[in-house]
Amino acid sequence: MVHPPVADIPPGSLPSGSVPQVDVPANGLPALAPLPPAVPRQGSVVGSAVTDAVVSGLLTGLLLLPLVGFRATESGSGPLGLTYRFGLVAVFAGIVAVLRLVLNLTVWRRGRKVKTSEGPSAFATLALKAAPALRPAFFSFAIAYPFLAILLSGGLSPSRYWVDLGIYVLTYVMLGWGLNIVVGLAGLLDLGYVAFYAVGAYTFALLSTSVPVNDFFAGHLGEGFWTAWSFWLCLPVSGILAAFWGVILGFPVLRLRGDYLAIVTLAFGEIIRLVLINWVSLTNGGAGISSIPPISFFGVPFNATDEGFAAKYGLDFDSMHRIIFLYFVILALAALTALVTIRLRQMPVGRAWEALREDEIACRSLGINTTLTKLTAFATGAMFGGFAGAFFAVRVRFVSPESFTFMESAVILAIVVLGGMGSQMGVAGAAILLIGGMEMLRNLSFLKADFLFGPDFDPSLYRMLIFGFAMVAVMVWRPRGLVSSRLPTIFLKERKAVSSALVKEGHG
Amino acid sequence: MEVFLQQLINGLTLGSIYGLIAIGYTMVFGIIGMVNFAHGDVFMVSAFIGLICVLLLTTVLGMSSIFLILAITLVVAMVFTGLVSWAIERVAYRPLRGSFRLAPMISAIGMSILLSNFVQVAQGPRNKPLPPMVPDVFVVMERNGYEVTLAYKQIIIMVVTATLLAGFWWLVQKTSLGRAQRACEQDRKMAALLGVNVDLTISLTFVIGAALAAVAGVMYLMYYGVVNFADGFVPGVKAFTAAVLGGIGSLPGAVLGGLLIGLIETLWSAYFSIEYKDVAAFSILVVTLIFLPQGLLGRPEVEKV
Amino acid sequence: MASLDPVAGARAPILAVDHLSMRFGGLIAVNDVSFVAARGEVTAVIGPNGAGKTTVFNCITGFYKPSAGRLALFHGGAATPDELDAVTASGLSWGRTGAGALYLLERLPDHKVASWARVARTFQNIRLFSGMTVLENLLVAQHMSLTSAGLLNPAALLNLPSWKRQQKGAMDKALYWLDQIGLMERADDPAGDLPYGDQRRLEIARAMCTNPVLLCLDEPAAGLNPRESAALNELLLSIRRDHDTSILLIEHDMSVVMEISDHVVVLEYGCKIADGTPQEVRTDPKVIASYLGVEEDEAAVVEAEVGA
Ligand SMILES: Nc1ncnc2c1ncn2[C@@H]1O[C@H](COP(=O)(O)OP(=O)(O)OP(=O)(O)O)[C@@H](O)[C@H]1O
Ligand SMILES: [Mg+2]
Repeated sequence: MVHPPVADIPPGSLPSGSVPQVDVPANGLPALAPLPPAVPRQGSVVGSAVTDAVVSGLLTGLLLLPLVGFRATESGSGPLGLTYRFGLVAVFAGIVAVLRLVLNLTVWRRGRKVKTSEGPSAFATLALKAAPALRPAFFSFAIAYPFLAILLSGGLSPSRYWVDLGIYVLTYVMLGWGLNIVVGLAGLLDLGYVAFYAVGAYTFALLSTSVPVNDFFAGHLGEGFWTAWSFWLCLPVSGILAAFWGVILGFPVLRLRGDYLAIVTLAFGEIIRLVLINWVSLTNGGAGISSIPPISFFGVPFNATDEGFAAKYGLDFDSMHRIIFLYFVILALAALTALVTIRLRQMPVGRAWEALREDEIACRSLGINTTLTKLTAFATGAMFGGFAGAFFAVRVRFVSPESFTFMESAVILAIVVLGGMGSQMGVAGAAILLIGGMEMLRNLSFLKADFLFGPDFDPSLYRMLIFGFAMVAVMVWRPRGLVSSRLPTIFLKERKAVSSALVKEGHG
Repeated sequence: MEVFLQQLINGLTLGSIYGLIAIGYTMVFGIIGMVNFAHGDVFMVSAFIGLICVLLLTTVLGMSSIFLILAITLVVAMVFTGLVSWAIERVAYRPLRGSFRLAPMISAIGMSILLSNFVQVAQGPRNKPLPPMVPDVFVVMERNGYEVTLAYKQIIIMVVTATLLAGFWWLVQKTSLGRAQRACEQDRKMAALLGVNVDLTISLTFVIGAALAAVAGVMYLMYYGVVNFADGFVPGVKAFTAAVLGGIGSLPGAVLGGLLIGLIETLWSAYFSIEYKDVAAFSILVVTLIFLPQGLLGRPEVEKV
Repeated sequence: MASLDPVAGARAPILAVDHLSMRFGGLIAVNDVSFVAARGEVTAVIGPNGAGKTTVFNCITGFYKPSAGRLALFHGGAATPDELDAVTASGLSWGRTGAGALYLLERLPDHKVASWARVARTFQNIRLFSGMTVLENLLVAQHMSLTSAGLLNPAALLNLPSWKRQQKGAMDKALYWLDQIGLMERADDPAGDLPYGDQRRLEIARAMCTNPVLLCLDEPAAGLNPRESAALNELLLSIRRDHDTSILLIEHDMSVVMEISDHVVVLEYGCKIADGTPQEVRTDPKVIASYLGVEEDEAAVVEAEVGA
């Protein structure tokens, strides 16, 4: 056996996040002859804690040395130069060492019982207890939210930020719920969900603005054909087209098992994005499609004219009317997603999805056509993605391939997994946490203060860094997500949650 | 004909780089059944480490021997990238081993985001150009005024790749580490009972994969002379495509797949459209997985009922 | 083609296995096996480990495509040899016959073997939906009868009265089977939480919820204690008595085989070595030599060879 230096590093000597001193070898097998846990003397505890902290600090320093310690700097048009930041490396190494030392001496004390994740967790029990009340509470709050925002921020205009944030979060709640059908219920790993979001968005954008598309329809169906089409007519078209794409893409790939399916869907997502970039004559390429018409109140425009929403309903014109209306539109769409999912779960097809996630072979032995069942899950999920996409287009009034990168898929998937696959409330919670949290990170401008990092500091750069870190940390902390137990769809006497240990995750 | 020959040379060069990255994917998948999404970004990190090292050697230490610089840079990049990959496995994947299948995947995606943004923050978002390191080329043949050239850097890439692959092959075929790896692939629990240090074996797999990615990173830097924090994703996905095309889990398959993807990409760009070259690569991935899920050299999977 | 085996005597056959072979690369797991399972009977397939029993089941239920052979299943009553040949020659996977219908199982994909030909099965390693409740497991099994109006049936989506009636029927059936297997009390528990014996019975009940004409059980008594084993026998006998379902059974436990089967087929190394009533098989010298009479230490040798 080759013994490289890494073998000498004591277990648990890592910068952060690792599980230390578990008395089970990390290969998952209990030690054959466990020694009785000797009560360690105080001195040795402190000693080993200090050694461990020093080693972690040194390792951190070593890891950060090349890319933090040095920086390749541009100087005008000349060749790159180097600047040195060894102080920064030392600071980070010091922070890690001290943190590690404190943790070693407190939380991570040897002999501390290692928490096992058997049985329903505290979250799960709580979720189950609160479940009946949670949904109505969530929806009532969601309905009251814009009014609360107006009240608390003191007026229509100042509430804009909060209502916008609500719209933003709800869009992700809806996307999470849509993807949840595919990943959480049917157990199909889809890394290209953003493709359907893009199909929805571009469908609306093209139908409402594109000259070639309109000419095509006018040429075939008469000049006047297109003029009256509004968001409300395009919305179902977007959903149907997205579902259609779901079927087209799903059909060949749904035979593949888990990871392969994930990769193929990722590739499809990228292909669609690249086509959007390169098919300039239709999509205007990377520049995107702008001046998409704004949403109307079922035909009544939100403008200051006499025909406008405000005049018609005797209000003073305010641009916030449209924003608040958008909020309720996305709320309604999200609610639709949730209700349809709840209903589908109680139907044979929804049960078949979950059964598929549990055991595909058993499904086939019961006569369930697994390809068709997967396809419905894929298409249903895609349809809601398409709705959300159309909504995105009408809200932002600008679409470009930039909005539909792999990152977007990854974020939506992270919401589903972090929420606890299959649980709607969990997914909603995760969307609020993740997206709300990310937005909060935008407001780090206090760091620009002179005594901290100075005005040159760009806090928004750190947003994605922290986001990535949070994704890893949350997974390590709760691999099965916030709400990991499953609620049965039907019961005879009593609804009991099924612990995550029994619920499978699907293989296809 | 001449164009074809030129593209063949370019494609093989590019393919060597993909092949080196693909080995990391294939080994990790083989041993713990996980798609290491962060591997592409590990490759990007290694290119940056190489960049810093080259700058340090040239501007600070004033070295001028290209071969010495390259050799030192290779070693430094391999060591540091191996360390990074080891730390990633230890922090982000090991605690999730044996749990929920999606958890390590999400963790890896998080790691990938973390790495690219870390480099963006630490080194800045702009392209980092280097002056051409090995600019010389020699003309292989000339006909009708069209010169087919072979750059020295292409030769270096191919020679380094071939040498390292030979060494690597020896490592996994002839040493106890390779045996331990194969044992872990078959059955991790059983291997542990038989005295194989599973944790160490998996760690070393990550380290070796990263070291090969680091070679690819340094070669990439030398070949293109520029690197950016976002350069991990696309080569990563293409290398993964290569691994899948060759048959995931198969080491010769990864190299073969890498060469094929490199060739297809350059030939596609030359004869069809350069805009759609990535679409071509992704389409190959899709088509392979649909029609030949076990890849060219992989073993077909049997479904036991 | 061989005619229907005379061993089944006067009873109408439900399944005729004709020259079935299954090859995995160089390994011949099933070698030219023919037998007939009669309607309303319990047919047992026995044989040492690795004899190819499960492989025969996998071929019958469509999970494996046989390398050669014909698997004919009869609905209603047996087809005449002419009808059988006509359907075989037609290239179709099924055909109507005077008595009902005839399915060539080797031409059907697995889910259609279950949904069209109505052959249900259980697995050697239990395959329940462990994260779903016992009741849900039984409802999933009724998928086919509930989705006749399409997967996204609007009546179901809107929960219309017609759908509620259908749903009630499904529930009643699930409750009937819960009662039969004595798990009424545990209806709301996850299937994965049940003791092993209960899981075995639940798997059988789940298979029965698909209304099968033929039920294939792969070692249902494996790992059961004597009390559970007795309960299982009773369940199987009641299925044969009260339902129009014939049973094909793989079993190692000879007491179960002798007690409930009407007809026994013995496999060894992929070949059929005996076929007859339990009494005949029990006294068959070949069977005694190769299977029943194998001593403990010899059995170990056989197992090692087979790689079980
Ligand atoms: N999918 C497969 N691929 C390759 N070989 C297989 C496959 N399925 C079964 N076999 C082989 O076929 C032979 C028969 O296996 P089978 O499972 O049918 O035996 P069995 O009679 O059911 O044994 P047991 O009593 O142990 O269940 C075995 O040697 C087995 O290894
Ligand atoms: Mg068997």
